[in-house]
Amino acid sequence: MIRYLALILICQLAGETIQVATHITVPGPVIGMAILFCGLLIRRGLPQGLQATAGGILKHLSLLFVPAGVGVMLHVPRLEDEWWPILLAIVPGTMIAILITALVMERLGRATMRAEDQV
Amino acid sequence: MTPPDLAEIWVYLAQKPLTGLTLTLSAYVIGDWIYEKSSHHPLLNPVPIAIALIAGLLWLTGVPYTDYFDGAQFVHFLLGPATVALAVPLYQQLDILKKSGPALLAGVLLGSMSAAGCAWGFAVLGGASTETILSIIPKSVTAAIAMGIADQLGGLPSLTAVLVALTGITGAVLGPLVLNLAHIKDWRARGLAMGVAAHGIGTARAMQVNPVAGAFAGLAMGLNGLATAILVPLIFALLS
Repeated sequence: MIRYLALILICQLAGETIQVATHITVPGPVIGMAILFCGLLIRRGLPQGLQATAGGILKHLSLLFVPAGVGVMLHVPRLEDEWWPILLAIVPGTMIAILITALVMERLGRATMRAEDQV
Repeated sequence: MTPPDLAEIWVYLAQKPLTGLTLTLSAYVIGDWIYEKSSHHPLLNPVPIAIALIAGLLWLTGVPYTDYFDGAQFVHFLLGPATVALAVPLYQQLDILKKSGPALLAGVLLGSMSAAGCAWGFAVLGGASTETILSIIPKSVTAAIAMGIADQLGGLPSLTAVLVALTGITGAVLGPLVLNLAHIKDWRARGLAMGVAAHGIGTARAMQVNPVAGAFAGLAMGLNGLATAILVPLIFALLS
């Protein structure tokens, strides 16, 4: 457990270091994710301990954005002033993204469709 | 002996990191309990419940957000390691990725750009301020990554966290209706769309409905995070 937690932190630290050193605009933890993913591809297998550790962190992923979300307190005036553009971006914006993704996948994925994929 | 002054005790406790940390976990447990009791009703997502409980308590007691965050930062910190840990489910779904590869990647890529593009376009159209526009662009990406992108673009990560949660709830509630209206009869496409547009909240919803949809949603969430994190700051750098 501790070993794999250390591994995850090392990947993040490496990602953050690369981000700062090269000034690329990808967030450091995302680079860390790519590093860990490549490591797994090279190793050709997922250690049980890593699966358990990552699963433990991700199981309650939504808990992790509560502290930042409480920051809404600081943005109440902004939400009041700008509710219209925010509503536009969130409701029709999200629906269009859902439609485009689903249509592209459905059209291009017809050849590889299996029985269990059918609704 | 005089009775203890409750207000004085609260003032003392409010400045302790332990209080912010305990408050965060307790509020989430309550939110999760309500969500379970409602048999996972998408409108009763634990995140907005926990946020409302904590923000309400802080507002009532007049405790500043920064005092609360002194304790809550220990939870907040885990967003980084959690992003790295997303490599694990991504790797576990490698087989699916290989099988439906090109269609899946095209769906995620176009979906990812339309999610960010629509967020930007509608926010500009509605006359939002620059800070709001920059904070809302990564709204469909899982919060851990979205906050990093907002930070890179010059937005407000805490505003992004709120917008991400609102997007997830909207997608989970209205997404299946839109997919039915469009007659999408492929679970892979339905799951992929929910994962791209409504991240973890959409994925949780897809998983409840169908296992194929759930797997595609999880994969889409990870890939969309990666694609948006790479492409959006790049496009911004090229345009400015």
